[in-house]
Amino acid sequence: MVKDQEFLKSKASYCLDLAKKMGATDASVTVGHSISETVNFRNKSLEASDRSDGLALSIETYLGKRRSSISSSNLLDENIKTLIEKCFETTKITPEDEFNSLPDKNLLAKQISSLNLYDETRFENDKKIKYLKDLEESASSNNQIINTESSFTENKSNFILANSDGFCDGYKTSSFTTSCVTVAKDENSMERDYEFSSKRHLSDIKQAIDLGNKAAKQTIRKLSPKKIGSEKISIIFDKRISKGMLSVFASAISASAIARGTSFLKDKIGEQVFADSINVIDKPDIIKGMGSQNFDAEGVNSNTLQLIENGILKNYLVDTYNGKKLNLQSNGRSGGTTNLYFEKGNISHEDLMKKNSRSLYITETIGHGSNLVTGDYSVGATGFLVEDGEFKYPVNEITIAGNFKDMFKNIILANDLEFEYSVNSPTMMIEGMTVAGK
Amino acid sequence: MSNFFNKSDLTRQDADKIVSETLNNCDDGELYLEESKSESIVLDDNKIKSSNYSSDLGFGFRAISNEVVAYSYSNEISKDSLKNSSENLKSTLKSIKGTYNHEIPKSNKKFYEDINPIEQKSLDSKLEVLNKVNDFLRKKDGSVKQVTASFAGEQKSIEIIRSGGEALTDVRPLIRFNVSVMLEKNGRKETGVYGIGGRQSYDDYLKNDNWKNVCEEAFRIASVNLDSKPAPAGEMKVVLGPGWPAILIHEAIGHGLEGDFNRKKTSAFHDLMGQKVASEGVTIVDDGTIDNRRGSLTIDDEGTPTERTVLIENGILKNFMQDRHNARLMKTRSTGSGRRENYRHIVLPRMRNTMMLSGNQTQDEMIKSVDKGIFAVSFGGGQVDITSGKFVFNCTEAYEINNGKIGSPIKGATLIGDGPSILKEVSMVGNDMMLDPGIGTCGKAGQGVPVGVAQPSILIDKMTVGGTKL
Repeated sequence: MVKDQEFLKSKASYCLDLAKKMGATDASVTVGHSISETVNFRNKSLEASDRSDGLALSIETYLGKRRSSISSSNLLDENIKTLIEKCFETTKITPEDEFNSLPDKNLLAKQISSLNLYDETRFENDKKIKYLKDLEESASSNNQIINTESSFTENKSNFILANSDGFCDGYKTSSFTTSCVTVAKDENSMERDYEFSSKRHLSDIKQAIDLGNKAAKQTIRKLSPKKIGSEKISIIFDKRISKGMLSVFASAISASAIARGTSFLKDKIGEQVFADSINVIDKPDIIKGMGSQNFDAEGVNSNTLQLIENGILKNYLVDTYNGKKLNLQSNGRSGGTTNLYFEKGNISHEDLMKKNSRSLYITETIGHGSNLVTGDYSVGATGFLVEDGEFKYPVNEITIAGNFKDMFKNIILANDLEFEYSVNSPTMMIEGMTVAGK
Repeated sequence: MSNFFNKSDLTRQDADKIVSETLNNCDDGELYLEESKSESIVLDDNKIKSSNYSSDLGFGFRAISNEVVAYSYSNEISKDSLKNSSENLKSTLKSIKGTYNHEIPKSNKKFYEDINPIEQKSLDSKLEVLNKVNDFLRKKDGSVKQVTASFAGEQKSIEIIRSGGEALTDVRPLIRFNVSVMLEKNGRKETGVYGIGGRQSYDDYLKNDNWKNVCEEAFRIASVNLDSKPAPAGEMKVVLGPGWPAILIHEAIGHGLEGDFNRKKTSAFHDLMGQKVASEGVTIVDDGTIDNRRGSLTIDDEGTPTERTVLIENGILKNFMQDRHNARLMKTRSTGSGRRENYRHIVLPRMRNTMMLSGNQTQDEMIKSVDKGIFAVSFGGGQVDITSGKFVFNCTEAYEINNGKIGSPIKGATLIGDGPSILKEVSMVGNDMMLDPGIGTCGKAGQGVPVGVAQPSILIDKMTVGGTKL
């Protein structure tokens, strides 16, 4: 069983008391416990099981404007004492930083409402095995599939965040995650693709058979790919890639990147950075949401934020430290976004596919080709050539490139938004990007 | 060396007994104990932004029978906790019986010292160097708008207890020093990053103002990029510089030669053993035995001494990299390549220091032979799709080549290629093999482990450059 609030609270207050006793002017502590059980399958038989049981502690001590931190997985009182001593000794010789402080008291979360983030259901390993058997049966039903690997992970976590201003709260969360990777082969090529489902509650997980079928279908259609020539072309990003654009956007508007001056979106508040049909929202209180939270990593209350309104940048993601640097109040985004999404567009997926007589549909990108300082983007890609709204043939060994500043202004979104993950986007089209191929 | 048996009620005798009793009817497995201490000190935006110390302690208990791996970890080292894990392993493997293989090779060689780099140097002296770095760069040029500098140090002690009570130990130091600088000129911003590191003390790197060289290099890369123009798009000749660009080898070839993907036949290389996979003159080794290198290990995370494994010899595929589990199933021996990020993770076959050896041509000859192409000197990261063999890496410093001459710097672009065929496109191998500066971390299945790479300059006849200029 995951440790209860009482146990975590007692450890947290032990840490805070000790830090205060040693002379720390302020302190904050996070204590967490997490238990995960994973079963792995390969080609319809059990391949591995994995159980993890981990405690984690992190403490920050302040001496006025000096601060340092420690973290450990060893929660024995004797070890905690040694570490806090070391932490405080380090704090004493760390230079002052005028922006170091606990969050403003009046911003701390006052009462927390249940977001239904915890499902206590135990899904025994035998049941995971049954689920994965069904999944792989369906995934391997086509004889072009030569390898299937799948897993099911059940996680239960609990945490307490406490600081010397009296904040002390936390809650349990759970997650159930299943994934399937399939490999298909024909006389020309071998290809891999995947499908996964991750939910707070067991009952919301996709059906095993559907998941396996989808993974297999997505893999088989990639067989015998062609390389296309280098050209300017409209690109349609599958949902699993378009949501990545949102993650890049979120990194570029983090207060830390803005304060350091290392973002292509610095000083753009109030300016048009997306096409004027685009709205981006970060909503922390979605019931059962994968990114939902009652407060951020510092205990600050987090409300829904409209980040982009009709294409205009409205807010950065602000934590206490960088907020003070920028003269902005924290908006409860220490630790980043919560449930981030593009509002859906008003064109159907089908119409988006037909919008141009010829376009490129991207289902996977590889490489770390996003430069947040300049906005330059260049990644390896695989996908399909689309003609008259239909997939003509699979494409690989190409790259796609552009600059986010231009790309964001040319986004067209379909109306197929679904809330599956912590970052969600409809299918997206960007016109006029460069493809490098033959 | 950590003593794992003075921390709770668990004695060595208890541990031996539980391990032997659990693994008795299994093919392989071990108890892996680990204690690590690490620090990270970061200067950013003119200030010491963070100083963090962390200590971690735990065990991972593994039992393997046939193809099934059961694993359980905890960060509570106690009799109860170990017994719980044992029950957990036994319940997974209840219906599968194996025969324990007690054999494990031995070696007395060590490739780094038993030191704790964190304690060897005071925090004050590290803060002083970081502040010097900041002052040095900001005074150097008015275009310097941001400086980030960091130290990271670690000491990891491990003990592996096998069935029958055999115990193997290792103490691993690791340090890293990194500088990132952002310049702004005429409204353009560019970043340059450089770092060094290895399994040794900070002193070896930081005496004689060595840190200045790191600053100069980061500044140089950023300055070059301030004048960069859009990169070309399409297939062309590519000259790769020596050293760090060998992440091409790591991504294009290395991952595909790891035992697990080949046992599962999901690697594009699985049926190419003994065949020609590279041009003649291309020899690639994976070496865990180079003194003080980031990817070196005295023993791997299963207790096997590491070695220099020849992967490709004169173009012919010779060996895969193996851990014990995949080696047993493929009826070969472990190459000492079994690694894990820490006790929370299972062992996988991984790279150590992956190196392409020198040939006899010069970089000048390569450049001169190219009419139109690019010269890539430094890279960010890379990635590979093992199954299709397609891999990418991102240039952070590159130039165009026109009519045999190096031209303007070009903007960061992704290069994409096909692993099984790219090494057949290598038409010249340089005489200037160089090791990377000690900064690589390889990710696989969510686990990051420190690795090294090395190569001479090479000429690749055809590769796709992912720029924007058609």
